[in-house]
Amino acid sequence: MVRPASPTVNPPAPLARNEGMDLDAALIRHARVNRSAVERRTATLGGRRTVKKAWQAAWLLKAVTLIDLTTLAGDDTPDRVRRLCAKAGRPVRPDILAALGADDLGITTAAVCVYHEMVPAAVAALEGTDIPVAAVSTGFPAGLSPFRLRVEEIRESVAAGAREIDIVISRRHVLTGDWQALHDELCTFREACGPAHMKAILATGELGTLTNVRRASLVAMMAGADFIKTSTGKERVNATLPVSLVMMRAIRDYAALTGFKVGFKPAGGISTAKDALAWLILLREELGRRWMEPDLFRFGASSLLADIERQLEHAATGRYSAFWRHPAA
Amino acid sequence: MSIKDIFATMEYGPAPEDPRPALDWLERRGRRFGHFVGGDFVPPAEGGFFRTINPATGEELAEIARGSAADVDAAVAAARAAQPAWEALSGFERARHLYALARHLQKHSRLFALLETLDNGKPIRESRDIDIPLAIRHFYHHAGSARLLESLVPGGVPWGVAGQIIPWNFPLLMLAWKVAPALAAGNTVVLKPAEQTPLSALRFAEACREVGLPEGVVNIVTGDGETGALIVAHDGVDKIAFTGSTDVGRRIREVTAGTGKGLTLELGGKSPFLVFDDADLDSAVEGVVDAIWFNQGEVCCAGSRLLLHEPVAEDFLRRLEARMETLRVGDPLDKAIDIGAIVSAEQKARIEAFIREGEAEGGEIRQPDIALPNAGFFCRPTLVTGLDTASRLMQEEIFGPVLVCTTFRTPDEAVMLANNTRYGLAAAVWSENINTALDIAARLEAGVVWINGTNMFDAAAPFGGRRESGFGREGGVEGIREWLRPAVEAEAGEAAPPAPFRGREPAVPAVPGMIDKTVKHYVGGRQVRPDSGQSLPVFDKDGGLAGHVGRGNRKDMRNAVEAARKAQPGWAAAPGHLRAQILYYLAENLDALGTDIAARLAAHTGRSALSAEEEVAVAIERLFGWAARADHHDGAVRDVPLRGVALAMRIPQGVIGALAPAEAPLLGAISLIGPALATGNALVLVPSEAFPLVIRDLTILAESSDIPPGVLNMVTGRHEELAPVLADHHDVHALWHFGDPALDAEIERRAAASLKRTWVSCGKARDWFGPAGEDAAFLHHASDTKTVWIPWGA
Repeated sequence: MVRPASPTVNPPAPLARNEGMDLDAALIRHARVNRSAVERRTATLGGRRTVKKAWQAAWLLKAVTLIDLTTLAGDDTPDRVRRLCAKAGRPVRPDILAALGADDLGITTAAVCVYHEMVPAAVAALEGTDIPVAAVSTGFPAGLSPFRLRVEEIRESVAAGAREIDIVISRRHVLTGDWQALHDELCTFREACGPAHMKAILATGELGTLTNVRRASLVAMMAGADFIKTSTGKERVNATLPVSLVMMRAIRDYAALTGFKVGFKPAGGISTAKDALAWLILLREELGRRWMEPDLFRFGASSLLADIERQLEHAATGRYSAFWRHPAA
Repeated sequence: MSIKDIFATMEYGPAPEDPRPALDWLERRGRRFGHFVGGDFVPPAEGGFFRTINPATGEELAEIARGSAADVDAAVAAARAAQPAWEALSGFERARHLYALARHLQKHSRLFALLETLDNGKPIRESRDIDIPLAIRHFYHHAGSARLLESLVPGGVPWGVAGQIIPWNFPLLMLAWKVAPALAAGNTVVLKPAEQTPLSALRFAEACREVGLPEGVVNIVTGDGETGALIVAHDGVDKIAFTGSTDVGRRIREVTAGTGKGLTLELGGKSPFLVFDDADLDSAVEGVVDAIWFNQGEVCCAGSRLLLHEPVAEDFLRRLEARMETLRVGDPLDKAIDIGAIVSAEQKARIEAFIREGEAEGGEIRQPDIALPNAGFFCRPTLVTGLDTASRLMQEEIFGPVLVCTTFRTPDEAVMLANNTRYGLAAAVWSENINTALDIAARLEAGVVWINGTNMFDAAAPFGGRRESGFGREGGVEGIREWLRPAVEAEAGEAAPPAPFRGREPAVPAVPGMIDKTVKHYVGGRQVRPDSGQSLPVFDKDGGLAGHVGRGNRKDMRNAVEAARKAQPGWAAAPGHLRAQILYYLAENLDALGTDIAARLAAHTGRSALSAEEEVAVAIERLFGWAARADHHDGAVRDVPLRGVALAMRIPQGVIGALAPAEAPLLGAISLIGPALATGNALVLVPSEAFPLVIRDLTILAESSDIPPGVLNMVTGRHEELAPVLADHHDVHALWHFGDPALDAEIERRAAASLKRTWVSCGKARDWFGPAGEDAAFLHHASDTKTVWIPWGA
């Protein structure tokens, strides 16, 4: 495949990897989240911040670089995954990038995210690029297969070349308040990940309350998660702005507590350029500029890129675009 | 800036709202506006024009007519001429007009939002998302109020011509708060917008014309404080509603004293924002942003005093300071600006002087490191820590983006500090513990309390102050009620109160050799001798000496108020059922002693036995009425756009002073004791000056009826000596007077100092024996409304 031009924008300085910490049960117990106030914040933010014209185009290009381009379907095949990987390497039509003056930015998506069985195909397709393969793991999406097998699944995906592992937590540990069990489970997963980065999927749509979202976020970070991620995309409710705000605030508190910056990945249901901007604005407001890079933020999305491409063509030409004008993933 | 550069910085970039629709409108109007009188724009009679500017640039926007006495006369005359026909319309017909105004505002919402931002300097985001939608909501809601008027406020009649003076911080929204309910209730209006921000009101005048509002129903006279003063003093104005500074509100109270004009004042504040250690701190930080950096802090109910629970104070301030760094100050037409321009150079200078003063007092000034525009009047968001309660910054309303902060240790201390202010407009309480939040909300001296939120408003929820934040409510049925008065009051004739009987010389007892019965004051549950050591003789109709009563003086009043102040909180906290039981007991005892009391009353007043017996009988019935209301006069849940409730809670005024009428010495006193006690107030009653011996029977009744000491206090004496003491007393929250109209003006003038609520008869008769003796006005004056916003969400 064509290797993308090397980027001219300097990447941010690499981060120290989250080492985790012992469970601080008191901190977990004292979590306070006021749902109405959280919803008020996210509901009004769209009216408080916006990006227009060139700024919007730049932000959308940034959004592209933050996408974990994902396919998680039972009918995935190696060819389907290869097509996805090609799209990850060249997510935006070169003429659009040129028109925007962005052809030397080295725009690619952040990663490609697949099931374990598709990891070899993805690794092969992405050979020669810097784009990592992420594998969902640990009995994704429910996480209810035997624990031993879940840990083994991580090891096998890492061995197969996955550089990022998206694990799912046992929701029952949250719902029963067994924070130690959750911490232990995640520490084991993290150890199994080895050098691969661990994204902990909290499945927030199944945790019942925003307070639980905050608690699970903190436990996951204490257990050494490199990213915390909202959802598998398979829950009834997936990424929402209120849930994301709560997780971002937990990340901020954990950074203040330990000095480690942990990444955030909203996933599921983010399918429009407008959604992407809303999340990036929330991110910038709550965690700041540094988090707006692929080492600290990802969109878990399958159809988001297509909508962004259309908006970018509009930015480049002034004409509203159509899906069929952009190479399919 | 190239896309590549932006890709590196990820800055927001400009997002300007195009002001052309508003500028085009100004051009079409020749950038010069007359007054809107009788349905037409008319040039000023004299006085010429002044300029209104865009505070974000300093550029002139338009020339505005300066209202003179002739202009105000014309506007009042137009309003007067239009009023009978407007009142005569059915509720449905008035509703149609208000509905049309709401629709018009909605259809032209962008233009109104632009005008508001250009004229005031507030961010377009706030004009667009808050001011204009809320103004529209008010017209819709009060279209409904017009349609339902008779069922909402039975027996109410409009005041007539309303004089309305509004501030510059929310120009169109304040117009809506004033105009919509006044029109719904059948009043016509003379409105003066602030001189800094007249444009949206002038565009509203066009709306009135375009929707076919009858001519003269809404009149708009522009000008500064002098024009406002002309409206306030105008004989043809029946009711004044003012929103603005406490100082001006006080002057309006003084000028209208004794005139019988209705008055609603929505004044300043120094509202506390309390954060407990179990609050969601990050959400509370956002709450602070909405509390003090909304509308540049130019908000009467701004949460400007941050009170932090000590265990989380440091953590909270760290979060708050970090949050301040992401605030964006600048061009208010930019859609991504948090803080726009201060309204005027004067206001900016005033704010900056406060900040310098805080610094000089040793306060630590914390401001984010953000750039300000070069032109226009901009201030950085400011947090001042390290001040003590004595600092002026902790006490005075700054009306700018300046937050002061202190800490508390316990809930009691939080309440004490929160209430340690002359103001009482709003408060915010942040705690995830329902017990803490609701307990604190109940104890805060404020007209509005937001739990885990701030600056929430709605047309269905009453808004207004306590203490020197003013009186009266806007929004909800309470707001409608301010624009109506009981028909019996409006139609009442002149009073002809009986005079005391004169005595023969020398004064000898009517019944020689009878046992002397010394009548004392009743204070704090005890009979006490007058401080002065002086007594006043009381005569019967034949000039014989009927007895003596104490001549109360300042000290007696002080002691009585002191006793009332101590007793009041416990009485207010008692369940309505208990207050009812005690009032029933009072009625029971009055019935038991009724024959003797009636006989003494007849002898005392020289009236027939039948008449005195009737007075006793009606007094018993009246007490039953107030006993019943003690546990029926409860609050309401208001339908506001919120997952949760807004409670319109009935709260007592506090300590009420009352000077009882002479027409019915027993029944008049009972008619005041009843509502005051039923609603949880403590009362300092000055019995009828003409027939004060009734205090003896009232004291016996009080002592035998389990009224807690201090809840009812009675001092006899000369009303002209005692009324000023009560009117001046800062711990008396409301003062009622039914008597010599010559005293009314003095009472209301003196009451202005503490902005206490007054209720004076202005020489109007009241039939104490009929429904007028217990009409809705009694409840209205005895109780206040506290609106508590309670969002929820598991």
